Amino acid sequence: MAQFPPVKDRMKMSRMDMPEQDPNVRNTNFEEVALGYNVGLALNEAQRCLQCKTPTCIDMCPVNIKIDQFIERIVAEDYVGAYNKIREDNFLPAICGRVCPQDKQCESTCVLTKKFSSVAIGRLERFVADKVMSLNMIPAPVKAKPTGKKVAIVGSGPAGLACAADLVGMGHEVTVYEALHELGGVLVYGIPEFRLPKAIVRQEIQRLADAGVKFVKNAVIGKTITIDELQQEEGVQAIFIGVGAGLPKFMDIKGEELAGVYSANEFLTRVNLMKAYKFPEFDSPVLDPEGRNVVVVGGGNTAMDAVRTAKRLGAKTARIIYRRSEDEMPARTEEIHHAKQEGVIFQTLTNPLEYLGDKNQRVNGVKLQKMELGEPDKSGRRRPQEIKGSEYIEPIDIAIVAIGNGSNPLLLETNPDIKTNKWGNIEVNPETMETSKKGIFAGGDIVTGGATVILAMGAGRKAAKAMNEYLNR
Amino acid sequence: MFKIIEARFLSKDVKLFKIAAPRIAKKRLAGQFVILRLDEQGERIPLTIADSDDKQGSITIIAQGIGKTTKKLNTLNTGESILDVVGPLGKPSHVENFGTAVCIGGGVGTAIAYPIAKALKQVGNHTITINGARSKDLVILEEEMKKFSDEAYITTDDGSYGHHGFVTDILKKLISEGRKINFVLAIGPIPMMRAVTEATRPHGIKTVVSLNPIMIDGTGMCGGCRVIVAGKSEFACVSGPEFDAHNIDFDNLINRNKTYLDLEKEATLKFEHECKLVNQKPV
Repeated sequence: MAQFPPVKDRMKMSRMDMPEQDPNVRNTNFEEVALGYNVGLALNEAQRCLQCKTPTCIDMCPVNIKIDQFIERIVAEDYVGAYNKIREDNFLPAICGRVCPQDKQCESTCVLTKKFSSVAIGRLERFVADKVMSLNMIPAPVKAKPTGKKVAIVGSGPAGLACAADLVGMGHEVTVYEALHELGGVLVYGIPEFRLPKAIVRQEIQRLADAGVKFVKNAVIGKTITIDELQQEEGVQAIFIGVGAGLPKFMDIKGEELAGVYSANEFLTRVNLMKAYKFPEFDSPVLDPEGRNVVVVGGGNTAMDAVRTAKRLGAKTARIIYRRSEDEMPARTEEIHHAKQEGVIFQTLTNPLEYLGDKNQRVNGVKLQKMELGEPDKSGRRRPQEIKGSEYIEPIDIAIVAIGNGSNPLLLETNPDIKTNKWGNIEVNPETMETSKKGIFAGGDIVTGGATVILAMGAGRKAAKAMNEYLNR
Repeated sequence: MFKIIEARFLSKDVKLFKIAAPRIAKKRLAGQFVILRLDEQGERIPLTIADSDDKQGSITIIAQGIGKTTKKLNTLNTGESILDVVGPLGKPSHVENFGTAVCIGGGVGTAIAYPIAKALKQVGNHTITINGARSKDLVILEEEMKKFSDEAYITTDDGSYGHHGFVTDILKKLISEGRKINFVLAIGPIPMMRAVTEATRPHGIKTVVSLNPIMIDGTGMCGGCRVIVAGKSEFACVSGPEFDAHNIDFDNLINRNKTYLDLEKEATLKFEHECKLVNQKPV
């Protein structure tokens, strides 16, 4: 059994790189970019952890994973133990290890960060989940004594799945409703295969199904069935709303209505969910980026996903247009780094003013404006200001708008009794995630606005706890 | 899987399907649509629900075989199934007693105009229907429309049945005769809806059309179906599919609907070729 080296030796060890597909190979395929640590790399990396008495990394984790303890289990080569330790706080480690913004959360306060580089907590989390999955040693769900109480989860994204997992574990009868024809929400329609293999999402969902969670696809709550019907006709005693923030924002600038201007949601859904890259084997088309100039507006993970997808589909140029500088980009550092390696061009401090079209109203150009950074705004980031007279036009063939999502009104239209704020997000008691309507809880992007998988999961779990208390009242 | 309870052709390439979908049947109101996907490789397409039967737990859709998916759909028969059907989506038609209402259906659009005509009649409107098609054999739902009409007109482009000409000929005639028309509904090909819109515009008659932009999810998530209404971008799947016709930017709708024209042709040709290979007549 391996052990931690003396502290002064640990500081001399450098952060282990994770093996990756070669950038010029992977930018032509949809297979996963990062290949994950092997046992040796994981051990080396885990041994770097200083096992702080008061670990700051845990405070920065939205679900407070016991990071020091699971890393200690890796060093002890007890992978199942490490997995169980993570699972106490995080239901989807294989997914979060891949998509969490660790650099802005746990890893940001690692004591090693200041002088050296932080322990690669995300990579270790992923290693543990993949290892235990590959050994087929994921512990079977604990079958709780059935309570006979019925709960419904609206939306099968990260918030809903995490909530379902906890509630089924408490013995409740759980049904998850999904509007689309596939389960997983943003994990399947949004995040591309090269960043999060769908097989992993399917495995996690299968585990829930094995534990007794029922899944109903093609059910739009608010349309096919209403919240009130679930309560009154189907005997559901508590409901969790985790529908996400699925209503793409546009900038309301001239030319956004032109053919060839996509929301990132549409572009990614066509490629990921509908498999348009396999057209005509699959029926859904997408404008082919091959040999074309593609711009993606935005600096978040969705923007990176869209631009790297366009690159993989053969775009002549795949560019990010972002109005602030790279430092302010909300995307994971690793995704920005990967995008650059793959040949994505970053045009920061630039903002689109207008899209131009040809005689058939197809987009063929974009008018851009240079920006500079001013004083910090409410978000703490320096506010971008336009540089007058810096406008210029560039020819493009496809534009993808990735500037975030507003709250989707579909479900709430039929339930005005669920209180929302001025942005249309559901108001909840932050301790219990309970809404203004009795027995209805909510969490994830529909409450916070567009955020992260881990925050959504954390909210789902918090709600599950409160729902359990509510059901046992 | 959603089972097809009944499938029959209404005309050469227009087919009616009754599909077992009890949850949708229970909720559906006139003007709403479903999105369906035929199989694992299939695309998601929106189709307006023509009718529903809560007791039987069925919905009726009527499809014209134009592109690959509708042509493939029209090869399906009673007893076969459709992989995914989701709905009812969109806002229901606004139905009230306007006074005199004219309901115009063009081609397969009649399938959508019909339930709304029925609803308008049931709330007391003097209901005039105009049922247009290219030729006699393409006229659908003639008897059904008649049943809920105070006055019923048929037009064909080639003159093989009813009035020789366009639906707008009848509409313009009614208007010029000084008939007091309070409401016009037009559903059919975009050029037809647009012609109706222009015919009523000078007279300020409230006119509603049902739009058919390209959609994926039908729940507001993708934004692909955005249309310009009164200068503002609207998602047809959640704010529509019906809009005030006089506010619609039809040019934009036409152009956006052409986004995948080449690819759609390619898919359709490939499908027809495959049908020939298995010696199956494409419909």
